Amino acid sequence: MRTADFAIGIGGAAGQGIATPGNILAHIFARRGLHINAYNAYQSLIRGGHTFLTIRASDGPVYSMGDRLDLLIPLNQDTMDRHLKLLGPGASVLYDGESIEVGDAEKGVQVASLPMKELSQGNKLAANTVAIAAAVYKLGIEFEALENALAQIFARKGDEVVAKNVEIASNGYQYAAENFKPFSFKAPRGEKPLAVWTGNEATAMGGIAAGVKFYAAYPMSPATGVLMYMAKHARELGIMVRQVEDEIGVMNMIIGAAHTGVRAMTATSGGGLALMTEAIGMSGMFETPIVCVNVQRGGPATGLPTKTEQGDLWMMLGAGQGDFPRLIVAPSDHIDMFRTMPELFNLTDKYQCPGLVLSELIIGEGTVSVDPAEIDFDVDIERGETIFPNGDSENPYGGYGDSTYLRYRNTSSGISPRAVPGVPGHLFVASTDEHDEDGTLISDVDTDPKKRRMMVEKRARKMMNVLADIAAPTLEGPEDAEVTLVGWGSTRGVILEAMEQLAEGGITANQLHIKWLVPFHAEAVTEILEGSKKVIIVELNYSGQFARYLRSETGFTADGFVRKYDGEPFMPHHIAEAVKEQLTGKESLSVPVHEISV
Amino acid sequence: MTTGTLTLPVSETKPEKSSYKGKVHPDWCPGCGDFSVLAALQKALFELELQPHQVLTVSGIGCSSNLPGFINTYGMHTLHGRSLAVASGAALANHELKVVVTGGDGDGFGIGGNHFMHTMRRNLDLTYLVMDNQIYGLTTGQTSPTSPVGMKTKSTPHGNVENPINPIPLALVGGATYVARGYSGKQKHLVEMIKGAINHKGFAFVDIFSPCVTYNKNNTYKWFAPRIKILEEEDHDTTDFYGAMEKGYQWGEEIPIGLFWKNDKLASLDQLEPVLEEGGPLAYRDPRVSKEQSDKLISELL
Ligand SMILES: Cc1ncc(C[n+]2csc(CCOP(=O)(O)OP(=O)(O)O)c2C)c(N)n1
Ligand code: SF4
Ligand SMILES: [Mg+2]
Repeated sequence: MRTADFAIGIGGAAGQGIATPGNILAHIFARRGLHINAYNAYQSLIRGGHTFLTIRASDGPVYSMGDRLDLLIPLNQDTMDRHLKLLGPGASVLYDGESIEVGDAEKGVQVASLPMKELSQGNKLAANTVAIAAAVYKLGIEFEALENALAQIFARKGDEVVAKNVEIASNGYQYAAENFKPFSFKAPRGEKPLAVWTGNEATAMGGIAAGVKFYAAYPMSPATGVLMYMAKHARELGIMVRQVEDEIGVMNMIIGAAHTGVRAMTATSGGGLALMTEAIGMSGMFETPIVCVNVQRGGPATGLPTKTEQGDLWMMLGAGQGDFPRLIVAPSDHIDMFRTMPELFNLTDKYQCPGLVLSELIIGEGTVSVDPAEIDFDVDIERGETIFPNGDSENPYGGYGDSTYLRYRNTSSGISPRAVPGVPGHLFVASTDEHDEDGTLISDVDTDPKKRRMMVEKRARKMMNVLADIAAPTLEGPEDAEVTLVGWGSTRGVILEAMEQLAEGGITANQLHIKWLVPFHAEAVTEILEGSKKVIIVELNYSGQFARYLRSETGFTADGFVRKYDGEPFMPHHIAEAVKEQLTGKESLSVPVHEISV
Repeated sequence: MTTGTLTLPVSETKPEKSSYKGKVHPDWCPGCGDFSVLAALQKALFELELQPHQVLTVSGIGCSSNLPGFINTYGMHTLHGRSLAVASGAALANHELKVVVTGGDGDGFGIGGNHFMHTMRRNLDLTYLVMDNQIYGLTTGQTSPTSPVGMKTKSTPHGNVENPINPIPLALVGGATYVARGYSGKQKHLVEMIKGAINHKGFAFVDIFSPCVTYNKNNTYKWFAPRIKILEEEDHDTTDFYGAMEKGYQWGEEIPIGLFWKNDKLASLDQLEPVLEEGGPLAYRDPRVSKEQSDKLISELL
């Protein structure tokens, strides 16, 4: 349960350094054992523009940026002008009274002006530290917590910088104590200190836990964080990390690597995935497993490099010409991302096909807290029927000199034991042309309809039993609820919070969250939805990509739809209000307006 | 998988001449230059005593790119233009394999041009054999990046007006550390070029005139025969970059083949990559991270 739940907004121009105060607060809250959820709204600029970081914290789980701000810290006039109106009674704004003019605040908002020049001793960069110190005071947090955070965050810059920041912070803290009222609530304490990570870090760590030893990528927001994490840790972990000339090269390179037996991975965003598509088909045709993460941003084309969307589902479904098996999964949050990577790698090894992950900017770049004990690297690594050079009779998939070896043997499961290059006696050619069981081409001179049919069916047959390996979706919340909200990917958490709000208003709602898109548990899903009173699909795109997919797989059409495609994530009230609107029966499509102008 | 270093197994028995004969007889047109390139590659592997399972032959798509199906080694017949990217991944993930990349002029200099440039600059330890017939063979005769000005093809029926690429200077500037040219009509010489390329530690490029007897009526055996001049028979210094450039640009009455440039001073990418220093091929290593390593990753988040 949450005894307190508050959110702080810090805004300024890009390059004004809002990352550091954000880090300091995240650090203090996580140390205190508070759950946090931080979202940075920004633009594709290095300087200027407007950047707005929201950090929400509570002693219970928080799944989204929330609905309201309790404290606004504007670092420039623009931020004050844009966001002051978001504050309601009991909230507060902390700002430099010498350089920023406050606008018309709502009644009950505490307007707290700081004499910044004096408190920061004229040091412009330290102004942020003053504001953070005042915020920490208002939240009822002892100064030592801030001191520790500053020591850790500025440690790299040396003792002098730490001492200076602590001194300036102490000025701000004292000034606040003498001049401002603390909040009516106090930042609570959680059970134990928590860790903090981004979704991209969780993705990379999940890959590392899965045993990835080859990572290649081309920088593209919002997926670059995965590349940076991998590159930073490459040497200590023995991972080959390469920045390649383009995403076409990336996908081809990881397939070349995976073909020799390593677990290979990449992450990109929609534009990069578009370039990879032909090669994804090669993974399907070679039956060489790879994993590719698409951290979705707003499209089409260059679209919104720094904004979130769920607009690439159909591209993922159709990536690559022709018909071939693939796996597509959309984890719901950071820890789910971490745990899904090893599971997906095991499945791609078992079924020898590409594994695609739908992430989203809101996950990849979102910062949340996590209980470090939940990050478990001791996972099962199952390589399927892969033949390495160290075989003996005990180990049938490490083999020598099998003269009957057929790489693409037409087995009853469709899965054919896969030798990696270097194993004596298992020579074969992997070919993107259609081929026979031994790998020889049947595409040009000898096109043979019978053999072609056999090979198409062999590959397709691999997916016959895959559903049994994947958990079916289940309802969360009261079973006989008035309304069932269906979502996929990142919306699980915000839907849970919308359900709480609805419950407060006397409306019962439950959720069917879909994580695995391919294979799709069509029967289980249909059964649940047919038993639901009213089904509303919630997603972050214009055309209802999941709604259409659901219809194509099950024939089921929902009663209502909540869609958002303005680049910003859902806030819980967007969904709750849409549901209320739709329960009146007047509306079946709601497109919530994002109130924060970023 | 077992613990300890697992390396690529090599047996005592030496390969025979026939060891490299593929399951399938090449379906190239009779007289196609690619037959000679295949034979030269098989001969080179035999003379270097490389066992078939130690070798990975990687190609793109085209008549020439069908080669992996006609030779008995591990093979990958990839996508049009992508052979070098795939081969780079394979060579880095298992640096004990001998990776030989084969393909055509369209595959390598057209659709695959970007990978060509960057693979050279990285000095990956690969052997790249381009069967340069100055035409798109498999798609039945369209212009290629090496088609001469004026050449009539199915896509340039009024004569090609674009300037061709000259692959030798391109490779020199691109950073390839072994740059040679061969000719299907001089197979013995070609075997030496290929052996040198495979033995070279770094990116070795051999541009091979391999006439398309069906679609290229300009650059035929008859056209090449009087023009070919073997560099090894004259006084060419393979460590003189500018001399190599000058020879590379020579075209017309005399066209040099042979080794233009060899640079042994530059380390190849696998030698520069600390991850490969010990532990054998990545492909064969235990994929797990240790408790100590994962604890460190978690502590960084605190
Ligand atoms: C993406 C893609 N585009 C086009 C093709 C069609 N295609 C196949 S081979 C080829 C050209 C082959 O020319 P080259 O590489 O010179 O090989 P050659 O047949 O002359 O040996 C083309 C355009 C293809 N397979 N894939
Ligand atoms: S079309 Fe030309 S390149 Fe292709 S096989 Fe025939 S002769 Fe050789
Ligand atoms: Mg050609």
